[in-house]
Formats: sequence, structure tokens, C-alpha cells
Amino acid sequence: MKKASILMIIGSAMLLSLFVFPMWNIRLGAPQYPEPLGIDIYINGLRGESEFDIQNIDGLNHYIGMKTLPKPEEMWEFSVFPLVILAMSIMGILIGFLSIAGKLSSNWFLLWFVLMSILGILGMYDFNQWLVAYGTDLDPNAIMKLLNPDGTPMKYNPPLMGHKKLLNFDAYSYPRLGGVLMGIGMIFTLTAYFIGRSKVIKTR
Amino acid sequence: MKTSIRIHSLLMAGLAFLAMSCDQGNRAGNGALSSNIAEKVYIAPGERDEQYGFLSGGYSGNLTVYGLPSGRMFKEIPVFSQFPTSGYGYSEETKPMLNTSFGFVPWDDLHHPDISQTKGELDGRWIFANGNNTPRIARISLTTFETEEIIEVPNSAGNHSSSFITENTEYVVAGTRFSVPVPQRDMPISEYKSNFKGALTFIAVDPEHGHFNIKFQLIMPGFNYDLSHPGRDKSHGWFFFSTYNTEEANTLLEVNASQNDKDFIAAINWKKIEAYVNNGGGKKVPARYAHNVYDESTHTATSTIKEEVLTVDPSDVPGAIYFLPTPKSPHGCDVDPSGQYIIGSGKLSADITVHSFDKMLAAIDAKKFDGEAYGIPILNYDDILAGTVQSGGLGPLHTEFDGRGNAYTTFFISSEVVKWKLGTWEVIDRQPTFYSVGHLMIPGGNSRKPHGKYLVAMNKITKDRYLPTGPEMEHSAQIYDISGEKMQLLYDFPTHGEPHYAAGCDAELIVNNSKKIYRLDENKHPYAITSPAQAKVERKGNEVHIYMSTIRSHFTPDNIEGIKVGDKVYFHITNHEQDFDVPHGFSIIGQGTSEILIMPGQTKTSLWEPKRVGVWPFYCTDFCSALHQEMQGYVRVSPANANIELSWSLDE
Ligand SMILES: [Cu+2]
Repeated sequence: MKKASILMIIGSAMLLSLFVFPMWNIRLGAPQYPEPLGIDIYINGLRGESEFDIQNIDGLNHYIGMKTLPKPEEMWEFSVFPLVILAMSIMGILIGFLSIAGKLSSNWFLLWFVLMSILGILGMYDFNQWLVAYGTDLDPNAIMKLLNPDGTPMKYNPPLMGHKKLLNFDAYSYPRLGGVLMGIGMIFTLTAYFIGRSKVIKTR
Repeated sequence: MKTSIRIHSLLMAGLAFLAMSCDQGNRAGNGALSSNIAEKVYIAPGERDEQYGFLSGGYSGNLTVYGLPSGRMFKEIPVFSQFPTSGYGYSEETKPMLNTSFGFVPWDDLHHPDISQTKGELDGRWIFANGNNTPRIARISLTTFETEEIIEVPNSAGNHSSSFITENTEYVVAGTRFSVPVPQRDMPISEYKSNFKGALTFIAVDPEHGHFNIKFQLIMPGFNYDLSHPGRDKSHGWFFFSTYNTEEANTLLEVNASQNDKDFIAAINWKKIEAYVNNGGGKKVPARYAHNVYDESTHTATSTIKEEVLTVDPSDVPGAIYFLPTPKSPHGCDVDPSGQYIIGSGKLSADITVHSFDKMLAAIDAKKFDGEAYGIPILNYDDILAGTVQSGGLGPLHTEFDGRGNAYTTFFISSEVVKWKLGTWEVIDRQPTFYSVGHLMIPGGNSRKPHGKYLVAMNKITKDRYLPTGPEMEHSAQIYDISGEKMQLLYDFPTHGEPHYAAGCDAELIVNNSKKIYRLDENKHPYAITSPAQAKVERKGNEVHIYMSTIRSHFTPDNIEGIKVGDKVYFHITNHEQDFDVPHGFSIIGQGTSEILIMPGQTKTSLWEPKRVGVWPFYCTDFCSALHQEMQGYVRVSPANANIELSWSLDE
């Protein structure tokens, strides 16, 4: 049981890496950008992969009428997400310690994991909503108004995950170190649950 | 007199004949068609060269940047000449760079670039270059590839034995080719002998910022100081200058300065003179020279006229200067990577003379002198000779080294490069050049650690090497692979202006430090604006200052009214881009200066003096985006007595 609890503590503590490392990354490469432009998405805001990438992406996007990338104060997510992550992390660590003390069973690990997964899916849903809005809510006076072959206006939202061709740009969207560590941490907590359960079964 | 000229030209004809017969023998072995040679210079699309080459532009006044081995030209850096491509020397910020004690001098003759060194090895921080005509020394940054500083050299004329640096970049040294009255005065030319002087100038280089300060000028006898090189490693602390016209002729030098069988290489113990000066030695004399410094944070140059220079009379520092007799009007004066050999190339001779630094010191210790000239002891030729290279060529000019014990000397008259071995003096290989090579360059070849893979020969005569372009042609360079025992001619490439010398280095010394943009938040130009909201137009009498910004793809403001005929209109333009390789240009109809090209984060100013009433367009000269053609604006110019208020706008 102790081993499982320690894994639970480590796994939920790993969420804290999101305060240091970016969760997600969107990268845009084009013939004239041999060094691609990149946006690192942190739980508390967007940052350019290189210092001036945000400014340069905004500069390019103004041709097709996209809004500028949001500042932290322009999106409620950037103030709420850090609180949620912090709360979940503390809760997970607490559950771990209480289970060492024998006050809680490993079922709590699963409960935490399910709650975190729901929050994660909600977060992804919200992120995708924003991407779609960002890529489709275009200035009607845009310099370039491009249409799909069927006559509908072209959408520029980058993919939620994976690769997508946007005009001359190749857009790539993948988790970064913070997101990866969060994922591994969650797997740890699930593993902790299974280890804890098998111990309980054995002792029975 | 006439007969001597005739004999002279007969001799030259004889030399030319000899040269031709040499060439015949060599040409057969040159299999330039073989495909492995093509592979050696082929840089596939998207790949990059191994080395940088910086070739002087001679009378273009500029420095050109090449890739080696491809021979592709990457950039022309304006140094001593106005350059409409960027607006250098035309923009208000850079006009002071070309200020001199003679006023604004918009060109020069740039000869000998040299890259900064630390402990005798190239460090890739700066490159120095000399203006030969109106004596000046420039320092160019190798992070921005911009000229950052120019200092005029007083008491000098024909600044030719320049701009060579000591092995920790303590000094950049500038010697005069033409001796002149010091100080300048009204006197008969015929009284040249013993009245004219040759100034050798040691310019201290600030180790952190590279800033110049003339430490001292050595006032030498009135010879012609042709080329020079620092001692290195064991001979660090000495400097060697080749001389000709030790006859001190002031007319028809072609004949009259070729009479002495031997001229001198002057060996100067600059550490000794430095100590003398540091102890209060030397004499401050009045002088006038400009010192121009470009500040990267204000993007602006300032010019200061200095009024005084410290001179040193050689006779006041005994034991610091010696003359090494060297045959036949030596041109090149080169020191091998170990610092042991000083190579004099008697340009009217067949042989190369090599002096030994150790033997020189021994002869000085033993006080074995062969007379003196103006109080400076002359050493005995035989006492200091390390050896002579019986080259079989004619007219040796300049030598560099590969760091593997070999030396490479150009021969102007016989038009070839000769490879020979230091110490044994035997000739290993010879390859023809096309044609009449002046200098050669091995990247790092004049440092302790040559990057000795390629050799670039800079030829004076092009003739039939390229498609004809009328009577005037660019000069031609040739690149040789010198990694093997035999040199292999790889490639011809045209050069710009007249390269007299070059410097080069491995690419990695420079690539990672090369700047991509200037930071807008570090721009301290007094007329910079960091946001388009700050754009404005101000009038001060008949001066109008326009604070303008650019971003793809518009000017802010782009409609300006209230300008009058007779105004001096300053367009101060800040480029708000912070993206690599996105400059904007600015040009306006009737612009009497030149367009200006403004790099990301930079501010530049163009002065426009409208002469006619009307509405006049301006536009961006650099194709900056798909909407570049839309990047334009209008200025309304009213009569001088009109009372139209100043106004400016964008999209209103
Ligand atoms: Cu433009």
C-alpha cells in the first residue's frame, strides 16, 4: 500500500510541472519561415517559442483577418486553470498521505483520476472551442478573403492535435513537456490505484 | 634618363617572356574538368559554405563577404564609400562616418582587411580595414556586419602598410606608404630627402568595445612603408614593415626608387615603445583628425575632430628599431605562424628572402651592425638570413601559411602561386593564376593557427576568363584546394572593385553571433517611436521632423500635409518589425540623397528638400510582403507662403 501511495503522491505532484513547462505547442512552418514560428501554451498564458513569434504570427494573421493572440487577461482560462491544477495537485498529494496513514483506501486514487480526466476533457473541449473561434471569427474587412472550393469561407483553426495544412503554412499541434509530465503523472495515479487494489485483494 | 627607361622596359619584356614560358609548362597538368573538382566547390541548394572570406573592394571603398569554397558573394559592407543600397553615408545617422579633417570624403581605397585575434588566433569579433587614400582605419562588427568606427590617421599619406593587428588585438597598425612633411607645410618638393617623414601609427583597440585611440605615432625616415605584419608567438611584441624608396626619390620612382640593391624591413619592438610612452615618453604635437563612432543603440554615428597626437622620435628610444636589409623593393612582409621567420618578397626579384627572428635577436645582442640610417642600426644581411627560396618565379608579392609547415607565395610577374617548405626552402608545387596575382588569402593564414584548407588568389588581370563585359571587367579570384601535397585549382569567381587582400575564417566562428534583428525595446534613437500611436510631425522653423513607423505593409502616418517649398523635411523612420530579414525601405520623389533601408528595430533618417508645389508620393523600396506595392503614402507640398496647418494621418 505504501508503494502505491508514494506513486499517487508523485503522480499528482507532477501536475505542478505545468507551472514551469508549456502544456501544449502549436508550430507554423512555411517556405519563408525555415525556422518555424511557434506558440507555447502555458496554463497561465501564451508565449512565443522564440521571443517575437507571437508578434510575428499576429502580423501574418492580420492579412486573413484573424484576431491577435489573447493576452492572459483576455481569457478567463488563464486565471482559472492554474487554480484548478493547483487544487487537484494538492488534493492528490493529500490523498496519498492519508492513505499512507491508513485513513483512505486506494479507491480514492481512482476517484481523483476520474475527476482529473473529466476536468482534462473539459479543458480540451474548451481549448478546441477557442481554436475554432480563433480560426473562423474573421474580420469582414480582411485583406485576403479566401474561399473553399465549395464557396464557404476558409477556416484557419490549427488542429487540436496533429498536422494540418493552412494555406502556405504547415501547422503542427502537440503536447509539450508540461502536458507530457501531466499525462505521465495521471498514469502514475491510475497505476497506484491498481497496485493498491491488488494488495488489498492479496491481504484478503 | 631616356636610356634607363628603355633598358627598364626591355627588362620587363624579357620578364614577360620568361613568365609565359613558365605558364606553358604548368597548364597541361591542370585537369579542371574532372568531376571531383566540381564536387569540392559545389554547395547544394540550401547548404552552406564552410568558411567566410572577406575581400577588400579596393577603390570601391567597401568590403565584400564571400562563402568558401563556393565563391558566392553574400554581402557588400559599406565602409569608406557612400552606398545607396542601404543609405550608408546618405542617411543623417551615417553621414558622420565619412567625416574627415578634409570634410566629408565619400569614398576611399580599401586595401587590407584583418580579423581580430586573441592569443594569436582569430576570434571573429571584428574585422579591421584601411582607407588608403585619405588615411583612415575602420572597424567593422562581425555580429552586425556594419562599420562601427573610423579613425583618420594624421601625418600619414597613402595608408598602405595597414591595417594589421597584433596577436591580442592590442593595436591595429597603420603605416604610411607616402612620406610627407611632418607636420604638413608649404615647402619645395625637391627638398624631400631627410625632410619628409614616414609615420607609423599604433592605434590601441579597447578590448571590450573595440574603440580606437591613437597611442603613438613613430616618425620614421622618409621611405615608403609598403606592407607590414605583426610578430606572433615568439616574436609577439615586434612589428615588421617592408620599405621601398630608401633612395628617398621624389620623382619617377619607378626608376629612381629601384636603384638600391637592398631596401629594408623595419623591425620595431613596439612593446619597448609602448613602455616608453607609458612612462611619459613621446611628444604631443598638434594634429587634426576625425574620429567617427557608430552607436548601435542609437543607430547613430558621431564625429569628433581631435587636435593632438603623441609622436615618438626613433632616436629617443634606442634599441627599439632595426633595419633588416632585404633585396629588391620588398612588398609583402609576412611572419610565419611560429613567429620565427620574417618573409620579404622582393617584388623585382626571383627569390624570396627569409629572415630569422632568432638570428636577428642574436645580431642585436652582439651589436653586429652594418652602419645606420638616420640613427637606426642596420643589421648585416648575412647574419640574419634564414634562407632564400630559389623559386624559379618572378615578382614575389605576398606569402601566407597553412599551419603545416608550408608557405604559399604569389608571383605577380610570372602569374603563379608557389608552395614551398619553411626551413628547407624547397619548392614543393607551383600553379598558374589567371592572371597576374596580387595577394592571396588562406583563412587564418596570417595567424598562429591557419584554417588551411583553401587558398584564394586575387588576380589583377581578368582578360578572357569570363564573358566579355566591354573594356572594364571585374577582377577575378581563384580558389585552390591546398589540403594535399599539390595545390589543386578548383574555381574562378569574379570579385568586386579591386581586392588587394582578404581575411577569412571558419564559419562557426561567426554564424552563431550574427545578429538577426535589432531590438525595438533597446532602440535609443532620439527620433525613434516604439508604437505607431507615437507617430507625429513637428515643425521647428523650416525644419520638419516626421516621426514615422513601418510594419508590413504600411507607413504610419501615410498622409502628410502642411509641408512647404523650402522646408528641410527629416523622415525619421522606425521599422517595427522584429522578424529576421524583413527590412523596409523609404524613398520619395526628388530625394537628393538616396533611399534608406531600415532593418527591423532600427531608426534611420532621410533628409528631403521639396523644391516644387504638389502632392508627392513616397514608397517602400524593399519587397516586404504580398502587399508591398500598397506600401506608399503622399506628402502635400504647399507654396512657401501658404498657411496650411501641419497634419498627418493613417486610415482616417
Ligand atoms: Cu515595406
